[in-house]
Amino acid sequence: MPSKYRIETSVVPHRLVPVSFSGVVAWEEGCLKCARCAKRQCVYKVYETRQLNPQEMRDSLDFACKNCFRCVQSCPKGLIQKAQDPRFRSLGDSYFTPEIITSLWYQAETGRIPVSGAGYGGPFSGPGFDSMWTDMSEIVRPTRDGIHGREYISTAVDLGRKPMALVFGPDGQLSSPTPPLMEIPIPVIFDKVPWSPASNGVSEAILMAAHELGTLAITWNDQLNAGELLEKSAVVHLAMEREGLPFWAQEGIHMVEIDDSRDAISLQERLKDVNPDLVVMIRLNARKGIERRVSELVRSGAEVIHLKADPWGKEMGEEPRFVLQVARQTHFHLVEAGIRDLVTLVVGGGVAMAEHMCKLIICGADAVSVDAVLLIAMECRVCSRCSQGLSCPAGLHEVEAKWGAARIRNLMGAWHNQLLEVMGAMGMRDVRRLRGEMGRAMFFEDLEREFFSRLGARV
Amino acid sequence: MPDRSEDFLFPQVRRAPSRFPNPLGKYTLVIGRECENCGICVELCPHKVFQRGARRPTVKAPHMCQGPECGFQDHCCITRCPKRAITMRPNPSFELLGDKRWTPDLLASTWHMAETGEVPHQDLNYKTGASGGGFDRLRFVFPPRKGLFVDEGDISLSIDLNRRDDGRPKIRIPVPFYLAGMSYGSISINAMLSRVKAAKAWGTFCSTGEGGYPEELYPYDDHVITQVATGLFGVGEETIKRVRIVEFKYAQGAKPGLGGHLLGDKVTPQVARMREAVAGSALFSPFPFHSVYSVEDHKKHVDWIKHLNPRALVAVKVSTPTDVDMVAVGSYFAGAHIIQLDGSYGGTGAAPDIAKKNIAMPIEYAVPKVHRFLTSEGIRDQITIIASGGIRSPHDVAKIIALGADGVSIGTADLVALECVRCHNCESGRGCARGIATTDPELTPLIDPDWGTQRIVNMYAAWMKVLRFILKRLGMRSVRELVGRWDTLVHVDYLQPEAIQGELEN
Repeated sequence: MPSKYRIETSVVPHRLVPVSFSGVVAWEEGCLKCARCAKRQCVYKVYETRQLNPQEMRDSLDFACKNCFRCVQSCPKGLIQKAQDPRFRSLGDSYFTPEIITSLWYQAETGRIPVSGAGYGGPFSGPGFDSMWTDMSEIVRPTRDGIHGREYISTAVDLGRKPMALVFGPDGQLSSPTPPLMEIPIPVIFDKVPWSPASNGVSEAILMAAHELGTLAITWNDQLNAGELLEKSAVVHLAMEREGLPFWAQEGIHMVEIDDSRDAISLQERLKDVNPDLVVMIRLNARKGIERRVSELVRSGAEVIHLKADPWGKEMGEEPRFVLQVARQTHFHLVEAGIRDLVTLVVGGGVAMAEHMCKLIICGADAVSVDAVLLIAMECRVCSRCSQGLSCPAGLHEVEAKWGAARIRNLMGAWHNQLLEVMGAMGMRDVRRLRGEMGRAMFFEDLEREFFSRLGARV
Repeated sequence: MPDRSEDFLFPQVRRAPSRFPNPLGKYTLVIGRECENCGICVELCPHKVFQRGARRPTVKAPHMCQGPECGFQDHCCITRCPKRAITMRPNPSFELLGDKRWTPDLLASTWHMAETGEVPHQDLNYKTGASGGGFDRLRFVFPPRKGLFVDEGDISLSIDLNRRDDGRPKIRIPVPFYLAGMSYGSISINAMLSRVKAAKAWGTFCSTGEGGYPEELYPYDDHVITQVATGLFGVGEETIKRVRIVEFKYAQGAKPGLGGHLLGDKVTPQVARMREAVAGSALFSPFPFHSVYSVEDHKKHVDWIKHLNPRALVAVKVSTPTDVDMVAVGSYFAGAHIIQLDGSYGGTGAAPDIAKKNIAMPIEYAVPKVHRFLTSEGIRDQITIIASGGIRSPHDVAKIIALGADGVSIGTADLVALECVRCHNCESGRGCARGIATTDPELTPLIDPDWGTQRIVNMYAAWMKVLRFILKRLGMRSVRELVGRWDTLVHVDYLQPEAIQGELEN
């Protein structure tokens, strides 16, 4: 299989013992010392392989148990009980739930897709991304070989402005401009992390991972110190005065991000005067009515739009929409204006699971940008201590760049495979076709309106 | 009066306690040192929680304890103990069981039904889970006084599986359910036998799933549905000719579009022989049928089955895409007798979490969608709709029938009756540690098929009682009257209390 269709992963162990949902409490007092002790019957050999982690004083019983309850039910004196680890519920926040965080840790450690048996046990629906289902049930138009066969599924996307037509001069020569395009093999770019203790390791790891994956990481121009990695993988976010363009805009760098402003387009033009091969991305904070501003920018020549909600997926202002609605409404707005295909739309904020990436693409994003998950891959617990200037319990300040990069690569490998599962199940072979494919989306609101909201009264 | 539906005698309930010394219940009881072994608690407790002991009584069945509510009753051991030696407290392990759909309460009540054949007397919510939508937010409204005129013994629970006039047998099952496909390989032979024998006892069917037709099932041919799925594992002319119903599996709700996947560890030599595959190597059942790209192709398959077995009915199992209504019509035109709509909450096999969670339309929407469309096409009364994938309780059965299904197909609840705790590890390593979803030779004997059969029989006995009770309160004499009666349901989130006439089920 050509390398562009796959991401190499390898097991990258945690530095810390991960927090898990529940452990075992086994009393010794009153033990009858049965010949066939319930503990020895453990299918997973949890008791036989029991260990104490001396650094953290953690008993392996606290996380190795797989919840089959056999020992709990078999000990004749009832000396074994299950207990929830109180640290589990205190992980993260209401958006980055303990379940999401531990699943991300697993993916960053192993590079594998989370798989489990016995159906889905979660809530019926929920806020945000959980208010949407995807139709992964293509019965009559499948890929001919599924995802395990010979046909490759492409997840590559192009960043840049796409001309709608080519113009040729009387001599048969192309006379219309061909704007530069950046192709990235996965529809994900790395944004600046929303919080983090001061750490060179973290930013270097992100850049290194972006480089190895062939995608891009957005780096603020006051942080430029990672040498040659920058040239290939960094999108430099230009956050300085507009006078005098820095030397690096001229060569090496392929992509620059600028903040939206009244003269964003003229700045884009000036940058491109210096380096015509430069792709310029304009960053906008999602807020009410942003779709009108986006379409204005597209009409005046914007190449790539980076629409950004906060790390929890909310836009700015009162009664904020969720990032999914922002993407959907912006996409529709551009489609109605007939200019959707001119521009590349990158949407970010609140992307915490592989399915969020898929859902944003279905709702109209060409690619997504991720932020907090990059830290979670490196064992961040979303405790927000660093934003208060307190020490990081996950030791992010002393992360080794190589280890961090390998963890991020694993996470993206797992996400890539999940994207393949989704597209394989939908019978699609190119992620560019998934974009805006709203026929494959089902929204809670619509279905409730159609079937249940009338069931309010019975007379 | 014997419990019957038309002329079918329901199987007998016999007590089938847990296999383990410590059944899991909501409460634990401790008898302290003050106890003088007077035995009053043993005498008092109608639920037989205690058993006589040499020094003091033992707490034999804490899971039968009624909980704090018992305090108001004369038989409460805690208040009547002369030495006040008994204490009760919540079982700390209990709340760690299950998940949002299968709450600890639902698991424990299913175990109770499987043990006793009765609805739980403990304070367990046996009607709904905690998923916050769909079934868990729908409630029946019972019209005033209507139920008075119906004798429960007269209520028919039977449904027809062949509603076409095509000369094939008119199969009627006495209860509105059959047992869903779980393959040999995904579950153990003992679990499979338990299910098939229970299906026979109830006069209904059990599907083999896609894993071949083990010889052990031959005595139950008339109650077996054999599955033809995309991997064609263990499918042969011979198996198709054995049975009265053949099921085409196009997709399963838990991972539509992704085919089946049996991890290598579970492919033991026996499983491999049955599936004509190599032991130890993972088996993918491809998605979908690589020879079906249209309704015409589908019809060709159905015709092939019908030709091979002239007395067989054909069932088609599909998941629920957005255009599930068109899929259903296609199946009708291809000649299917039964369309089974499989929602996303079932399954024992390995499935990526991303698929299980997002997959397709929840069954609570898909069934009314199909029912409405087939009705408007004028063909609803010629095909049987069976709903599956997430039916956990008799209330779910009644609700999905009211939304438009004729009957249901049950899988996971059977496994819970066999003491599944929903740990979601069916797929890993040696498989289920509790001997249900495994092929491991040491774990399989954890289930005795006779015990398993009785547990499943008991659970359905309790379910059918509840279903009858619901029908009676709605003033209906047949479960067939309930089909598509949305008007009997309200959704709690949209409830207008002032507009309700009748009693809202709690």
